[in-house]
Amino acid sequence: MAVAIKPEQLRAVALNAQEYRAIVQALGRDPNDLELGIFGALWSEHCAYKTSKALLRQLPTEGPNVLQGPGENAGAVDIGDGLAVVFKIESHNHPSAIEPYQGAATGVGGILRDVFAMGARPIAILDALRFGPLDSGRGRHLFQGVVAGIGGYGNCFGCPTVGGEVYFDEGYADNPIVNAMCVGLVRHERLRRASADRAGDVVLLVGADTGRDGIHGATFASVEMDERSGERRPAVQVGNPFLEKLLCEACLQLNDLDGVTAIQDLGAAGLTSAAGELAHRGRRGIDIDVDRVSRREIGMSAYHVMLSESQERMLVVLRPDAEASAREVFDHFELHADRIGTITGTGRMRVREHGMVVADLPLKALIDGVPLRSPAAAFAEKRPAPVMPMVEEPEAILLDLIGSPNLRSRRPIYRTYDHQVQDNTVIGPGFDAALLRVPATNKGLALTTDGNSRYVALDPYEGTRAAVAEAARNLVCTGARPIAVTNCLNFGNPERPLIFGQLQESVRGLADACRALELPIVSGNVSLYNETSERNIPPTPVIGMVGLLDDLSLRCPAGFRDDGDIVFLLGETREELAGSEYLRLLGAPLEGRPPIVSFEAERRLQAAMLDSIGRGVLRCAHDVSDGGLLIALSESALYGGRGLRCPGIAGPVSREAAYFGESQGRIVVSVAPRRVPELQKLMAKHHVPLQAIGVVGGEDLQIGSDIRISLETLRQAWETPF
Amino acid sequence: MKTGVVVFPGTWSDRDCAHAVLDVLQEPVRYIDHREQSVDGLELVILPGGFSYGDYLRCGAIARFAPVMAAVADFANRGGLVLGICNGFQILQEARLLPGALLRNASCEFRCEWVHLRVEQSNSAFTLDSRPGQVLRIPISHGEGNYFADAETLDAIERNGQVVFRYCGPDGRVTADANPNGSLHNIAGIANARGNVVGMMPHPERACEPLLGSDDGLAIFRSAIHALARVPA
Repeated sequence: MAVAIKPEQLRAVALNAQEYRAIVQALGRDPNDLELGIFGALWSEHCAYKTSKALLRQLPTEGPNVLQGPGENAGAVDIGDGLAVVFKIESHNHPSAIEPYQGAATGVGGILRDVFAMGARPIAILDALRFGPLDSGRGRHLFQGVVAGIGGYGNCFGCPTVGGEVYFDEGYADNPIVNAMCVGLVRHERLRRASADRAGDVVLLVGADTGRDGIHGATFASVEMDERSGERRPAVQVGNPFLEKLLCEACLQLNDLDGVTAIQDLGAAGLTSAAGELAHRGRRGIDIDVDRVSRREIGMSAYHVMLSESQERMLVVLRPDAEASAREVFDHFELHADRIGTITGTGRMRVREHGMVVADLPLKALIDGVPLRSPAAAFAEKRPAPVMPMVEEPEAILLDLIGSPNLRSRRPIYRTYDHQVQDNTVIGPGFDAALLRVPATNKGLALTTDGNSRYVALDPYEGTRAAVAEAARNLVCTGARPIAVTNCLNFGNPERPLIFGQLQESVRGLADACRALELPIVSGNVSLYNETSERNIPPTPVIGMVGLLDDLSLRCPAGFRDDGDIVFLLGETREELAGSEYLRLLGAPLEGRPPIVSFEAERRLQAAMLDSIGRGVLRCAHDVSDGGLLIALSESALYGGRGLRCPGIAGPVSREAAYFGESQGRIVVSVAPRRVPELQKLMAKHHVPLQAIGVVGGEDLQIGSDIRISLETLRQAWETPF
Repeated sequence: MKTGVVVFPGTWSDRDCAHAVLDVLQEPVRYIDHREQSVDGLELVILPGGFSYGDYLRCGAIARFAPVMAAVADFANRGGLVLGICNGFQILQEARLLPGALLRNASCEFRCEWVHLRVEQSNSAFTLDSRPGQVLRIPISHGEGNYFADAETLDAIERNGQVVFRYCGPDGRVTADANPNGSLHNIAGIANARGNVVGMMPHPERACEPLLGSDDGLAIFRSAIHALARVPA
């Protein structure tokens, strides 16, 4: 079949000739401009996962408590008492690189809609962020804009921002990472799936009017960037959190009405994607009359209306006899709703304008028909770890480390986020994991995001396994049992073999780690083409994880609590320094083997922790991660405002590795002296090695004869402003 | 205590306030829609935190024109108890039920953190249960809480004992370091002359359970219960 199309027309919608041929074959004719635009959006990497789909099939997505796995607006897991936790993480990297405030704000807006589309009330937001160094003007502009955008949206909407992470690395100077995770709660019987399975239902478009903003945002997120990407600013949308709140309250009320079939948010690829997915999930078709869509400006074509990514819009599908009661809800919230179409039995998406059919497409081809890409993979050669001089001045290094951008206190950031609204925040941001009360129960939900891209850069398989293990360990430190995972895979341009190799290995590590810990992945998102002018981001898988604590009174804090308590290190320290913050500080090249997780040891450690916390043995627990043991001890001291006397840390490894190595599977705990025998017995039972570190108390952090720093000095370094 | 919690479209502390009153204090509560024109039958009206109408303009500038505000003003003028929290405080000022203005935080940033408040007087309906000098630990969460008034007004409210709460250190000392937003005289909350209307930037409804970090906020709600018991309606 001849391809009757110009290359530049294809480039405009980011499709290739093979994909165009597949479209012609599915239609039996050439598509018109509108149809090609629709295919371009839905067959974009962002919407269709054409490069990652085959890899993602290896992920474990099932478990006894999973109520909804990937494929819906968000995943859902049973937490008992008839309740389900609904959550997902999603990227907004490309828009944030162009317009950081609105890019981040609408990232938060989009993930909130995903959760309330499922019928769940959003109860928490977390954000995983990566930026270039702050000493460049652009780095600071992006950092400040993104943080302000997250706060601006979440604070106004009324959902607490309770956690996340921020890291700085030269590799993100061009392309920042902005991943937003939202967690919600819903009663089982109210959990809603966005599937329009009844022909004859009417389709309402609710919320904001449709403008020209964000046209082809999904396509834009699926190509690499260059110096001219700033010209794409019109592809970035502008958020209105106030309107979003009204939409949320209205959707939650709508969710209680009889006759409502489906609620779907309009995100990437706008009306096209929302309508297509709704109808296709229900194995039906949809007719849309674009003349009925309220617009923000005159002169918009069907193309603009179908592909606009104007924010704060939802599609509601309902039985015709339910429309009046739905309109009462919208009227209460003074929301505008247009009846823009109907569900049909045709299996096709038909778009009408001025009474004429302007697009007529088979949904199966549109949603499921994209030819999957299988790019070539290549793997970086592994080089040995750099040899570095011995630590001469551990005290000075500790102060430099704890004051460095990746380890210093995040308080200047999270205090600009409302992290308490809704009255459920038991442990807020700044610790291993946030802990939220499940309203009207005695249960807690522990939430975290994790991902050390230095480890992943060194070894995508091991680094991704480590991210999963660390996220689980963070939850376990609060006393919560990990129950499910969401993930966001941020990578460079997959058409480059080394990048696709990273993705391939990372997904394999993710699958293996989740299987080893028996954790289902219930939702996720892939962001590729994080590339600017041939510079690619470091591979950045971000793991979002949710844990359940059955009794909040058992929760375990991260800071030292009482003078005289005995501090132990659980787990095994190995000679592992590659990828560490310590080596970064010394200016060493990023080489060598990252810390390796033993899942056998990890499972034993986590079981031992839950056993100990469940018996009330531990007074505090804190994961040993970036920066190593001395950073973990310093943080526990600073959190609790209590010093530590440690006679010295002996071990089979070098002093550098003992102090600053980042061996996985380790946790610092403290116990009351009289319960030490009990702790020893428990650790013996679970075969977890433990090492006595010292005694809580005093005004100093004291490590043998190497280190004696007052908490005040330590705090000053830790609170270095950004 | 028959409590009503006003709900503007962008209010988000409504459910937190209802939770504190109903679940913690076990007192009846109802929501008041912003379009309602009467608050009859209530003894306490709470204007909670949030972004009343999005507040893209000056916070509370639109909310003061909501139908419910005429009823709230009427209720206040008749001696009814009114507590404005955060956005509610901003709205009470826009409605001229309390003097002064709330500017953008001196840091130009939104701030959500625990602060300490020194109770300045125990004459208002919301401080009866506290003693002057008592320190309460309650969080703030706002971008525009920088209290300002002209010299004359400031002097008057100080002289009349209308300053109810000041930001302070844990030891009760009122210092510049303890001031999170640049408020004049570290003012965190004020009352009207009669003491039945109080506005405050901190969120007492977030400090009603030890599980959430403090129950110092209960003193404010309990004071209202006692004020009502003392003065028969």
